[in-house]
Amino acid sequence: MSTAATTAAAKPRLKTSAMIASIAGEGQRTKPAPFGHALVELAKARPEIVGLTADLAKYTDLHIFAQANLDRFYQMGMAEQLLMGAASGLAHEGFMPFVTTYAVFASRRAYDFVHQTIAEENRNVKIACALPGLTSGYGPSHQAAEDLALMRAMPNMVVIDPCDALEIEQAVPAMAAHQGPVYMRLLRGNVPLVLDEYDYKFELGKAKRLRDGADVLVISSGIMTMRALEVAKALEADKVDVAVLHVPTIKPLDTETILAEAGRSGRMVVVAENHTVIGGLGEAVAGTLLRAGVVPSAFRQIGLPDEFLKAGALPTLHDLYGISTDAMVTSIKGWL
Amino acid sequence: MDTTQLGHNVPLTERAYRIRRNAVLMGEVQGQGYIGQALDIADVLAVSYFHAMRYRPEDPHWEGRDRFLLSNGHYAIALYAALIEAGIVPAEELETYGSDDSRLPMSGMAAYTPGMEMSGGSLGLGLSIAVGIALGLKRKASDNRVYTLFSDGELDEGSVWEAIMSAAHYKLDNLIGIIDVNNQQADGPSTQVMAFEPLVDKLEAFGWFVQRVDGNDMDAVVAAFDAARDHPEPKPRMIVCDTKMGKGVPFLEAREKNHFIRVDAHEWKLALDALDAGRTA
Repeated sequence: MSTAATTAAAKPRLKTSAMIASIAGEGQRTKPAPFGHALVELAKARPEIVGLTADLAKYTDLHIFAQANLDRFYQMGMAEQLLMGAASGLAHEGFMPFVTTYAVFASRRAYDFVHQTIAEENRNVKIACALPGLTSGYGPSHQAAEDLALMRAMPNMVVIDPCDALEIEQAVPAMAAHQGPVYMRLLRGNVPLVLDEYDYKFELGKAKRLRDGADVLVISSGIMTMRALEVAKALEADKVDVAVLHVPTIKPLDTETILAEAGRSGRMVVVAENHTVIGGLGEAVAGTLLRAGVVPSAFRQIGLPDEFLKAGALPTLHDLYGISTDAMVTSIKGWL
Repeated sequence: MDTTQLGHNVPLTERAYRIRRNAVLMGEVQGQGYIGQALDIADVLAVSYFHAMRYRPEDPHWEGRDRFLLSNGHYAIALYAALIEAGIVPAEELETYGSDDSRLPMSGMAAYTPGMEMSGGSLGLGLSIAVGIALGLKRKASDNRVYTLFSDGELDEGSVWEAIMSAAHYKLDNLIGIIDVNNQQADGPSTQVMAFEPLVDKLEAFGWFVQRVDGNDMDAVVAAFDAARDHPEPKPRMIVCDTKMGKGVPFLEAREKNHFIRVDAHEWKLALDALDAGRTA
């Protein structure tokens, strides 16, 4: 064997910092394009549904809807302000627009248009946005670390951070059943499937306890619930008993369930979110507990730091910023 | 009864006079306001509400109405003046303008005022919403139109050009844009704040049917609205209206800084007198 070949064999394959990276772990069960297929199904019974995107149909799974309903699909070009304004106009005329783009563009670039043309007028527009939180290795331009803080600060806006393919399938009709604007973080492509093992049913505005445990209560949303369930299994070996409360609706927050779970004595409360620790689920839960006078034995936040995140491969970054399963296990053990 | 069945026996010039008068009376309530703009756009509003548009004064949400979007929300005083003249807003509410609990806030908002189709205030929103409404009307096979008034200053906003491009892409021949070119924005003359000419060439290059008229020449404005309605090509329509800030009140026309006007108490009477003089002239 030549020296070059030996070197090549020993050298690990370079990880990618590609914009679209799969969040599914190796060997994890997945479903393709759950949002697109759920929307096609829903639209069969709801002729008022139309789809709009800003040059990202293929990357938000809206192309599935477009292929099935070409006459109900509007390509607005790479113009997110127009995208939101036009959706408002269609809603004004009685239609129910489902709008897609990346979370960064909806929350940052088009914020005033979402605020003024949709939320302020309480228009029936559903905004589904891909690449939420740290689900792209492409750097801050595409990493929506602040979207939940921005969207939950907006009056009238309902904010959903689903965990997996099953939840997205169930959230789509729930969004349509709600009269008014909704922002949903979107997992696209081959999306992990985990909640089907937990007899789970999404209900707008409801938190759900997925497992009980005596030592630690993890309160989480989005893909961090998937991680929290893995953490709970991993910590069983160390005789640490972890409960997981999944909170897919960030706003309105299910304060009743959160207070009931966090109020149980003797458990450390850890809030885990794929979002900056500023203004997201962690601070929402902290505020809820403080306002109600509920003080857990300890309160900790797992989330992205208040800094512009690095570009890199997702597994590397998730380890670096403490939101991978291994990093969470290490953190929680250290806090016990 | 909708306006298509109304006899238009009141001359449009008289309608414009009454709209200006309503606006000045509302300005007097607050002692200040965007009076210069209200006076400059009164002729266009008279043509919109008493010549071009279909609506039912007693039913502002009538499905068969033409939609009128006020993108430049600070022109609300002008639109209220027209809505009062049109009978959509009761005349008694004029004296509540800008007051607590009034349906006529100083910046136009949809939830407050009958006949107000959108909330403005933040500039450059209207034409994007109009694109969605125009698409929606086509989806419903409605022959109604969406008129959108915006200002030359709003041309600074990139979103306006996003909407201009998309309206041509979707061949929105039911969308009629109206630009008030009074060459006056917050920091000074619009052309100096951000050059936008040659406006007609630009809009034509973007695929619109464009007319440019003296927005204070009633006959010219009527002809432009008619031509915008009847134009045979599948294109969105733009009417560029050159107007004079303070039109109809010579001492306000002469003011250099007239984006936001403060008027001394005795001047409101002088303004009304000037309007009356113009009415009988």
